[in-house]
Amino acid sequence: MSTPETRILTVAEALREATDVAMERDESVFVMGEGVADPKAIFGTTGGLLEKYGSRRVMEMPIAENGFTGAAIGAALMGRRPLIIHQRVDFALLSLEQLFNNAAKISYVSNGKHRVPLVVRMIVGRGWGQGPAHSQSLETLFAMVPGLKVVMPSTAREAKGQLIAALEDDNPVLVIEHRWVHYATGEVPPGRYVVPLDGPRIVRPGADVTIVATSYMLLEALCAAEALAEAGVSAEVIDMAVIRPFSPRMVVDSVRRTGRLMVVDTGFRRFGVGAELAACVAEEALGALRAPPLRFGLPDHPTPSSRALLGGFYPNALTIIDAAAGLAGADPLRLTAPRERMAAELAKLPMDVPHPTFRGPF
Amino acid sequence: MRTAEIDETLSLLRAMLRIRLIEEEIAARYAEQEMRCPVHLSTGQEAVAVGVCAALRPDDKVVSTHRCHAHYLAKGGDLKAMLAEMYGRAAGCCGGRGGSMHLFDDDAGVLLSLPIVGSCLPIANGVALSMIQRGLDAVSVAFFGDGATEEGVFHETLNFAAVHRLPALFVLENNLYSCYTGLDDRQPARPFSALADAHAIPTDGADGNDVEAVREATARAVARARAGEGPTLLVFDTYRWREHCGPNFDNDIGYRTETEFLSWKDRCPVERLATRLRAADLIDEAGLEAIRNAIGDEIGEAFAFAKAAPFPDPETVGNHVYA
Repeated sequence: MSTPETRILTVAEALREATDVAMERDESVFVMGEGVADPKAIFGTTGGLLEKYGSRRVMEMPIAENGFTGAAIGAALMGRRPLIIHQRVDFALLSLEQLFNNAAKISYVSNGKHRVPLVVRMIVGRGWGQGPAHSQSLETLFAMVPGLKVVMPSTAREAKGQLIAALEDDNPVLVIEHRWVHYATGEVPPGRYVVPLDGPRIVRPGADVTIVATSYMLLEALCAAEALAEAGVSAEVIDMAVIRPFSPRMVVDSVRRTGRLMVVDTGFRRFGVGAELAACVAEEALGALRAPPLRFGLPDHPTPSSRALLGGFYPNALTIIDAAAGLAGADPLRLTAPRERMAAELAKLPMDVPHPTFRGPF
Repeated sequence: MRTAEIDETLSLLRAMLRIRLIEEEIAARYAEQEMRCPVHLSTGQEAVAVGVCAALRPDDKVVSTHRCHAHYLAKGGDLKAMLAEMYGRAAGCCGGRGGSMHLFDDDAGVLLSLPIVGSCLPIANGVALSMIQRGLDAVSVAFFGDGATEEGVFHETLNFAAVHRLPALFVLENNLYSCYTGLDDRQPARPFSALADAHAIPTDGADGNDVEAVREATARAVARARAGEGPTLLVFDTYRWREHCGPNFDNDIGYRTETEFLSWKDRCPVERLATRLRAADLIDEAGLEAIRNAIGDEIGEAFAFAKAAPFPDPETVGNHVYA
C-alpha cells in the first residue's frame, strides 16, 4: 500500500502552482502586471510561467495601473480571464476608478448580461522600513463596494484552492496577500482543486473564546491559541478569508457557543473587519456575549518606517494571548509559562523581519 | 456615382437625420419629466458617430461615453431598448439600472458606455487585445471627447495600444467644450496629433461635420488596424449645439457666444450632406420628406413602446450584483 506523498509548500509556491494549474486548464487565463515577467517574478509567484506560456500570456505591463486594469476589464468582457498582479496594495490605488466604477458594476448595470471574470492579486507589505505607502492593508476599502469579491489567503492549501477558484469565478475577485503570509508553509495537494470563496472557516475548534483573524494575523492567532491551550483557554480560531461576499453566520454561531469575541486583522482597527463583525454579533447575538467584543488592528496613524516607531503598531501573538486570556478569565499562574516562552521567542529577532515561528507548517 | 455608392451616401443621410430627430424628440419630451435621468444630447455631432460606424463591420466593437446616444444608434443599437432605458423600464437595455449614460447593445457591437470621462478608453484596449488573443481581425473603437485627452488614462491607453500594436481606433470627438469650459482654458495651444506622436501613434482625421470625410478617414484607420499595423488616433472637430446635460440651448449663460454657435449651425452635418445630394440630383424635397416621415413613424412607435413598457419589479433590485 502506498501512502500519498505529502508536499509542503510555501504560500508563494502554492500561488504559483495555482496560476500554473489555471493557465494549463484554460487558455483564456493570462497574467498582467508590473514585474510578472521579470527575474524576481513577483516574489517567485509567477516564476517559470513566462518560459512555459510565453509573453502573450505572461504580459509585462507599463507603469499604468488604471490603464491596464481597464484593458483587463475589456478583455474579461470579451470572455478572457485576466489575472492582474500588483506588488503592493498601494499601487492598486491608481486603478480604483476602473475597479469601482466598471469591474464592480458591469454585471449589475447590464442586468446580468455581462460579466467580468477578473482576478487582481495585491500584496500587503510589512517590515524592513516599508513605510506609509508600501504597507497598507486596505481590504475593507475594496470590500465596501458591492460587486467585488475580496479574499485574503493565509495558508498554503487554501491559498492555492482560493486562487484557482478566483480564476474560475465569473466575477472580479481581489486576492489580498500579506507579504509575510508568502513564507508560511503547509501541505498542498497536487493538481486542481478549489476552496470555495463563500465565507469563513473554523481552523481550530474551541469553547472559551472566538478569535477571528484575517491574513497574516491568522498565523499569529494559531500560535497564540497553542499557548492559550497550555493555559487552559480553549480558543476557537476562525479564518475570515473571504471578506466579500460577507458571511458572518459562522462567527455569530461561534460566539453563541463561546460567549466571547475578539477580531484581529491586518488593517486599520477603525472601520475594519473587526468593526463589521462586532456589529453583526451585537445585532444578532448580543445576549450571548459574556464580555464586550474586542478588536485589534492598526492604530490611527500611517505606518512609520523606523523600527523605533513600530513597537506598538502591529498586534501579535502576545497581544492575542493577553486579550484572549483576559476575556476568558484565564488562570494567571497557568498563563505565565507559555506567555513568557512566546515573549522570549519573539525577542530573538527584530520586529521588522518575518519570524520563523509563524512559518508553519499550518 | 454607382448605385451602391448612392445608396451608401443616402444611408449616411438617413442615419444622421434619424439621430437628429430622435434627439429632438427626447428634447421635446424631456420637460414631461418622465425620462428621469440625465441626457447628454449629440445634436450637431451626428456626422462623427455615423461616419465612423459606416466604416465598421457588425463584429467590430465600440465603447462610448456619457454622450453615447449617437454612437449607440449609429452602430445599430436598438432604439426601443434605448428609450425604454431612459424611461427607466424593464425593457431598457440595462433593465433600468443604467440610464442614458450606460447604453449597450451586444447584437450591434456596442459593448458599453461609461459616464466617467476617459473610463472607456482602456476598455477598448482590452477588447482589441482579446481580438488578437482570439485570432480575429475585428477592431475596437473608443469614442471620447476633448476632455478625455486631459485624463491620465488617455495617455496610459495610447501607450499600451502602441506597445502592443492593438487593432484599436481612438476617436476624438472634439466639440471644443468640457461642460462649460472651453478647450483653450484647459489645454495649451498644440495639436492633438502631438499627443499621439508622443506615443508613436499616427493621427488621421477630417472635418467632423463632413460625414463622408469622417467615413473615409475611419476606413483608412480600420484598414491599418486589420492589417496588424496598430492603432490610430482619429481627430474630428465638431460642435455641441445644446447644453452639456439636458435639452436646452444655453448660449445665453455666458460661456460661449451666439455668434460662435450660429457659425457651427451653418455647418450642420445633416444639412450639409442633404445640400450635396440635392446639388447632385440624388435627392429632392419629396425624397427627404419621405425619409423624415418614415423616421417619424419609427420614433413615434418607439416612444409609445417605451412609455407603455412596465417598470422593473422592485423585488429584482438586488439581482446580478454578482454573475
